[in-house]
Amino acid sequence: MATLNSNIPAGPLAQKWEHHKFSTKLINPANKRKYKIIVVGAGLAGSSAAATLAELGYEVHNFVFHDSPRRAHSVAAQGGINAAKNYQNDGDSVHRLFYDTIKGGDFRAREANVHRLAEVSVNIIDQCAAQGVPFAREYGGLLDNRSFGGAQVSRTFYARGQTGQQLLLGAYSALCRNIANGGVKSHTHAEMLDLVVVDGHAKGIIVRNLQTGEITRHNADAVVLATGGYGNAYNLSTYARGSNATAIWRAYKRGACFGNPCYTQIHPTCIPVSGDYQSKLTLMSESLRNDGRVWVPKKKDDCKRNPADIAESDRDYYLERMYPAFGNLAPRDIASRAAKVVCDEGRGIGETGLGVYLDFADAIKRLGEGKVRERYGNLFAMYHEITNEDAYQTPMRIYPAMHYTMGGLWVDYNLMSNLPGLFVLGEANFSDHGANRLGASALMQGLADGYFVLPATISGYLATQKPDKRPATDNAAFKQAEESVQTITKRLLNNKGSRTPASFHKALGKLIWEHCGMARTKAGLERGIKLIGELREQYWKHVKVAGEAGEWNQSLENAGRVADFMELGELLCRDALHREESCGGHFREEYQYTKNDAEVQQGLVNPGDVKRRDDVFAYVAAWEYAGEGKAPVLNKEPLVYEEVKMSTRSYK
Amino acid sequence: MKVTLKVWRQKSRNTPGEFKTYESPALNPNMSFLEMLDVVNEELANRGEEPIAFDHDCREGICGTCSLVIDGKPHGPHQGVATCQTYMRSFKNGDEIVVEPFRARAFPLVKDLVVDRKALDRIQHAGGFISVRTGSAPDANNILVPKENADLAMDAAQCIGCGACVAACKNASAMLFVAAKVSHLGLLPQGQPERHRRVKAMVDQMDAEGFGGCTVTGSCEAVCPKEISLDFIARMNRDYAAALIRGEPKPIAGSGAG
Repeated sequence: MATLNSNIPAGPLAQKWEHHKFSTKLINPANKRKYKIIVVGAGLAGSSAAATLAELGYEVHNFVFHDSPRRAHSVAAQGGINAAKNYQNDGDSVHRLFYDTIKGGDFRAREANVHRLAEVSVNIIDQCAAQGVPFAREYGGLLDNRSFGGAQVSRTFYARGQTGQQLLLGAYSALCRNIANGGVKSHTHAEMLDLVVVDGHAKGIIVRNLQTGEITRHNADAVVLATGGYGNAYNLSTYARGSNATAIWRAYKRGACFGNPCYTQIHPTCIPVSGDYQSKLTLMSESLRNDGRVWVPKKKDDCKRNPADIAESDRDYYLERMYPAFGNLAPRDIASRAAKVVCDEGRGIGETGLGVYLDFADAIKRLGEGKVRERYGNLFAMYHEITNEDAYQTPMRIYPAMHYTMGGLWVDYNLMSNLPGLFVLGEANFSDHGANRLGASALMQGLADGYFVLPATISGYLATQKPDKRPATDNAAFKQAEESVQTITKRLLNNKGSRTPASFHKALGKLIWEHCGMARTKAGLERGIKLIGELREQYWKHVKVAGEAGEWNQSLENAGRVADFMELGELLCRDALHREESCGGHFREEYQYTKNDAEVQQGLVNPGDVKRRDDVFAYVAAWEYAGEGKAPVLNKEPLVYEEVKMSTRSYK
Repeated sequence: MKVTLKVWRQKSRNTPGEFKTYESPALNPNMSFLEMLDVVNEELANRGEEPIAFDHDCREGICGTCSLVIDGKPHGPHQGVATCQTYMRSFKNGDEIVVEPFRARAFPLVKDLVVDRKALDRIQHAGGFISVRTGSAPDANNILVPKENADLAMDAAQCIGCGACVAACKNASAMLFVAAKVSHLGLLPQGQPERHRRVKAMVDQMDAEGFGGCTVTGSCEAVCPKEISLDFIARMNRDYAAALIRGEPKPIAGSGAG
């Protein structure tokens, strides 16, 4: 069994971070340059961490599989970033952001981590504004805000519908400055294929150069993974095509525990699937729900009619009806499930019946088309390109899609995994969002981890390691890890199969979506696990990979990633099966409120809402790899709440 | 619908390339151009041929990874979109479509349709930033930015760094790319202290990378997926001239501390 110590500092919640920063050992400036740190990934978390660590004086090496650090998928985040600035004077505070995030995560995140996140949120906005991020402004020159799901205050900062892009370019510019002054060595087209563990500590990585196929070994005093989430296990998702879980999965197989893999976020507002050829799904920002109203026809017979011909009285604005206090700004997990329910009732719209309307007619009447265009023009244009429909004239069609993973590698309060020396940031870790992430919180967490948390905590680990004493790359562990990478590559290339990795990925995605999607059951999950196991066997028998090892080879890259998704998909289902409760994005049909429950009668929740079982499941599930063909070991970290009472999560 | 593709195939930088012709299978007009290439590639792979290498990632027009010159135009027939946002409904059944890589001396070819655009990163390293250490920033609302400036800075800042401007330019100039970055930071109060040093360093690096000069034909603006305006080039030229006249800023006498 792994040893899981969350290392949450003692003391009152609001002072834990201050105290912890003071009690964490520092490294003296002259010694910092003797420590080498590897940062894998250059999204918001990776590039902000790499730049900040270099500013502190460490020798930093940054690895990305892209041709440039600026391409990481954080770039695609649209809506905004939360911060408890209370610039709107509408009652916001660090405590409120903390509470909204804990509640939004359905009381399945760590209190201390979330409070720290809310505390540093304000510094992030300062940092980004100083870097020249062109946030939206009011006429007086002050920063503008908008609201997002799960909150009743306006605390979201934004740069049109391209906030992720602008924040990433800000972090990338900081990275560029440190590359130019020699603080960071940037390795591009460099994909991490294994973690090297020496005497129980993470001390290096094995990398394949995607341009040349060359495999190299890299040693370090600490390894930081900021490689994003694992949503592409579902194949169809809002992730970039290249987003993959290989780095975290191979770290898992080297001993890092995987926390809460079943906590996945299905985003309510994406453009519906249109055909089997489809390679990805496109998100329509949650910010659209500020002004758009979600509805379906009340009558099944109206579903195929032109929406303009359906009378107001025949429309069901179901979010406003079911959750009057939050209305169209209900959190993502709730809005997605509600869309599924109305579609399952046969009231879905569009060709497939898997869609609901997001209607701007009222907003255009109230604000005028010009104002709507100013707020959401780029999103409407994107919608038009994909669907060939004009959302100013007719409502958008949307449906939930895989978007984000709250689960990830287990980390303690210092963001260190149970493998000493391995740190995990951003979406790649499990720590801050519990069972559901609120909108505009992913950007906040990525930058909090990279700019402010890791740079303050990593010295605590490094102080236990002698400077200039990291293992050399001819160490046996490096040799073994490189051989293991070569073995996988050879096995894939020499397999004389008949099916492409992409066709297997499609099949895997369908299996996981069907058995571990928005609604999960014991029987479905058991069947899913069995079918994924069979598909994986087929994969290794029949996969066919074109090209050679020593060249640019996209088939080979993809084949390795799909192999990892096959294994991860099974763990995802296993975790979902073991968690016999519903919480946030994890909805087990067996555990939902019914009209007989007191909470429904008191008007707190609706029948069909998720029902937690705090008496049995108030813990983090941290899965530990037990070897090929063996069932993983379940470790539990109890969630101890000192400040907040775990209560019924009500948005009514 | 079906189309015929004439695609540039080249095994590596040092081997000669050639156009090869492929017949597409039946396509759905709602497919994206890249999904069409996926389908063609699956067929090639199933036949035991090597798939066509092409760059792509986000497939929603924001990461700047996708490229391709389609029928002579970077990012295909439509204005204001990247290749990944081009849909097959823009073509007709039976069309012959010519697909080439972005061609420029500063973008060496990697394989087939993939080129190396790291030169753009090196221009950024030269000065595409505001020097602000983490933790040293004042409260964000202490820096007031007039809305008009913020909006104009955003127009420039949305450049996705794809390099289509270079591919479209007969001189393979990177002026629109550099101008977008220089203007974004130069329009904001935070960017003023390094404004002249920045423009000089970035333009010098652009020249060193082997990009050509600008003759203001406007082809860059015409193909830019973010429709970045040629006006930013004028803005950069003005800053560059001012930087040349000012020369290297000299330290103020007596301001040094012990």
